[in-house]
Amino acid sequence: MIDISESVMQFLLALIVVGPLLGAVAALLPAPPGLKGKSPEQAVLRHGVTVTGAILIAAIVLALGFDQDHPSRMQATTDISWIPALDVRIHLGIDGISLPLVVLTALLTFLCALYSYFNPPAGPSPKAFVALILVLESGTLASFAVLDLLLFFLAFETVLIPMYFLIARWGGAGRTRAAWKFILFTLLGSVVMLLGLLLIGIKAGTFDMVALATDNGRSLTTSVQVIAVLAIGIGLAVKTPMWPLHSWLPDAHTAAPTVGSVLLAGVMLKMGTYGFVRILLPVAPDGFRTFAPYLAAFAVVGIIYGSLACLNLAKRGAKGDLKRLIAYSSVGHMGFVLLGIATMTPTGVNGALFANIAHGLITGLLFFLVGGLKDRTGTTDLDTLAEETGAALYGKAPRLGGLLAFAAVASLGLPGLAGFWGEMLALFGAFKPAAGLSRPAFLTFMAIAAFGTLLTAAYMLAVVRRVCMGAVPQDTPELADVRTYEFAAWTPLVALTVVAGLWPKALLGLTDPAVQQLLAGGTR
Amino acid sequence: MSALAQPLAANLVQSVDWLAIAPPTLTAVVGLIVLVADLFVPEARKPLLGWVSVAGLAAAALLLLPLLDHDRSTFCLTGTTRACSYTADRFTLVVQFLVLGGALLTALLSVTTLKDGNRRYPQGEFWFLLLSSAAGAALLPASRDLATLIVALEVASLPAFALVGIRHGDKRSSEAALKFFLSSVTATAVSLMGVSFVYATTGSLYLTQVADRIQHVDGQLHTLAQTGVVLTLVGFAFKTAAVPFHFWVPDTYVGAPLPIAAYLSVVGKAVGFSGLILVTVVAFPSYADVWGPALAALAALTMSVGNVAALRQQATRAYSAVRLLAWSSVGQAGYLLVPIAAAGYTEDAQKAVGSTVAYALMYAAVNLGAFAVAAVVARTARLNRISDYRGLYARNPLTALLLTFFLLCLAGLPPGIIGLFAKVTVFSTAVDAGLGWLAVVMAVNVVIALYYYLQWTALLFRAPEGEPARHRLPAPLTAALALTGTLGVVLSGAPQLVLRFAATGLF
Repeated sequence: MIDISESVMQFLLALIVVGPLLGAVAALLPAPPGLKGKSPEQAVLRHGVTVTGAILIAAIVLALGFDQDHPSRMQATTDISWIPALDVRIHLGIDGISLPLVVLTALLTFLCALYSYFNPPAGPSPKAFVALILVLESGTLASFAVLDLLLFFLAFETVLIPMYFLIARWGGAGRTRAAWKFILFTLLGSVVMLLGLLLIGIKAGTFDMVALATDNGRSLTTSVQVIAVLAIGIGLAVKTPMWPLHSWLPDAHTAAPTVGSVLLAGVMLKMGTYGFVRILLPVAPDGFRTFAPYLAAFAVVGIIYGSLACLNLAKRGAKGDLKRLIAYSSVGHMGFVLLGIATMTPTGVNGALFANIAHGLITGLLFFLVGGLKDRTGTTDLDTLAEETGAALYGKAPRLGGLLAFAAVASLGLPGLAGFWGEMLALFGAFKPAAGLSRPAFLTFMAIAAFGTLLTAAYMLAVVRRVCMGAVPQDTPELADVRTYEFAAWTPLVALTVVAGLWPKALLGLTDPAVQQLLAGGTR
Repeated sequence: MSALAQPLAANLVQSVDWLAIAPPTLTAVVGLIVLVADLFVPEARKPLLGWVSVAGLAAAALLLLPLLDHDRSTFCLTGTTRACSYTADRFTLVVQFLVLGGALLTALLSVTTLKDGNRRYPQGEFWFLLLSSAAGAALLPASRDLATLIVALEVASLPAFALVGIRHGDKRSSEAALKFFLSSVTATAVSLMGVSFVYATTGSLYLTQVADRIQHVDGQLHTLAQTGVVLTLVGFAFKTAAVPFHFWVPDTYVGAPLPIAAYLSVVGKAVGFSGLILVTVVAFPSYADVWGPALAALAALTMSVGNVAALRQQATRAYSAVRLLAWSSVGQAGYLLVPIAAAGYTEDAQKAVGSTVAYALMYAAVNLGAFAVAAVVARTARLNRISDYRGLYARNPLTALLLTFFLLCLAGLPPGIIGLFAKVTVFSTAVDAGLGWLAVVMAVNVVIALYYYLQWTALLFRAPEGEPARHRLPAPLTAALALTGTLGVVLSGAPQLVLRFAATGLF
């Protein structure tokens, strides 16, 4: 939109990746004079807001400077040799696929830092908390910005330790087990992924994603592609998570602190689906084609499974935990994303990328709201909340209730909000999958997935009914309605959900050319 | 007479390249000086001996610098065939650097241990033994004939037995020494038998000549040669602590003074794997179909047994920290063996073993660092249980952060970037050689290992039990921590510094 010179763009992208790391180191050091604030805790939380804010501004400037007429071209590229022995290059760059994810990550992390500033997490010193959040941000942003397979792996691993500590130190009940489950599942997946990445790198002679995508799998035999896709796919599927490898997610979400849940659902799951689009689709198309029907089948099972699990949790007397319910709904939503990718068509992949962003916005918002609800009522247990008639949030805290209803409706995919387009395009993609994929199979998947949307609507409405509606008892204390800082943290997500719903072209215009080119073979 | 005798004399008298053999020689000479000086130094001045040894090791490491420009050989056969007993090529220099650096850090740790030990250690003997063992370990990678190789192995091992049992009036210590001694001597004897078989079939002890002649062994002697190859490997596998030659490790580490346990875990392993590399890649390349699968199986077994045993350590048991480090070093030995096994399957064997060297350099720095932190904690908590590390961050934040870094390097997760990429090189040799199953076994092991490393790490940041007692770190320990920490951080920023050995031939 605005003309920014290439070297400034390069600097901005490098800053986005490295800046949070430096900020994390600075957070551990004592505050310099003049920035001491009221207390060390306040100072370090403010430091977190400053750094993530600066990174968000850098990301927005980067988005403004992005040449939107050529979103399929890698922009702001840096390419420096780092470890010649392993042929690892610091190759950074963004195109229409990664740019929205970079901005989403920067935005969500900033909102989390802002939220924590006013509502510090319960647990040990916030110093380490801020440092971990910043390392997490750096790792996530790096995984969207790097164009080297081994660097991608490095970024993928970087988020593990911070997230482990966020859950294990600042989490709720059952946090130790949940944290272990999270890190062991993900690590096992990512080590297997490393084997696949090495196989590709060794057989093709380069780890560079751009070169590999341009090659489009021509220098890899089909058997190598099949093994590599299986190995890498397992690693990415654990992260996404795909049914049946999802079982770490509900526990992690239930135990994680609010901010941890928001980041986990909002950005970290996207690293998995991003890997599918960025690495597997262009680099090993033959291998991917072999597994596409299975991936789609697992995705569809995930959709139905997630919805049924949610319906079960939303039932009266089921002792369903709201955070757990949203986690299961994530499994369903990510199922749509995977279905879109598995179609191997521009429509499906665009839908997947759109659903990715939409899920980040909406589920992030939902976790924020549930966190706010927990602060007020002390529980996320649906039965305790709803008691006999319903929690009557509309009556007790009308704005909070309204926002929750909005997020729930957006999550079920109401036309006009962000959740709609992604799922619809994914279904469209499945209606006419790429050549070489069995159409009847995909038609079946489409029908089942469409049924899944109905189930989603059912449980989301059940949640709204049980939490927002109900008779207001006369003698209960008033719940505090939405506070100013909560408005500040949540409004951007609400606004973006509406904008993406009403003006999908803003996003699709970015992703579509890039996707077309990735599928046709090669990124410039 | 003169006309005939001069060339004859020149034939018989070898010229010795003193510069090439300077690093191990200086180490041995300083060891002797310290032993003699011990007789004349009054008790109050004994710590001086330690600093002389440290200086000697540093000087020996510096003497590697002038050797960098080109390969040197000495103690060569005079005559038509060219074969040398001592070669200072890139491989030798890198491993000698590792050995001398490891011994230097051990010496830094020992200075404090001896000072705290209140005359329970005979100082002069301690330093003499340490330096002799280091001299043997530094000689080993340079040896290019089987006799020198075995002699170097013995010179490195024999003082180590004494070091393990050096604590006066400590039953555990002497028991550990005896166990170590008996099992090690058996392994060396088996190795020696293997060497004799190889000599019987080839008629030479020089590695290059053995490599040449063993290809044309008489059909009748083929089995003998094969047996010889396998038996020769045993002694070195023992030093690497590969399963099933590992049972001495936990008790020996626990019984030995802490710095010696660190020494065995790094320098002892270096002795083992450099010997393995020399024997397999240089001496018996044509028998790759014998030692390749054997080493692959050994590697898989070693890492699995080591990691599972480390996983089962109870945090509250006495000496559990050292026990865990001991078992984890067995697991790490498994990773070190993977590239050597892969060398048996690829054409570019030298490149594969370079990964072992690169991994060993990383491992040496961070493992010695972890032992240095253990030495710090052992000053206040004599039992050195893992549960004693609880709340270390509150007591001593920098030490806790360093230990976190070292443990994550060993586990191979960011921020331990060098550990991650060292593992990646090992993985890539396995994938490159088509050893997919070994890579998968290793992948599972990496996950198992993460569990116990991270469990320990998480403990450091828990709220401490009771009042945190701060105490000053002694200077030698601080130096060791600073050295290993700086090395780890610098390498994480520029992994190429060690990983380049994985990309080029070393011989």
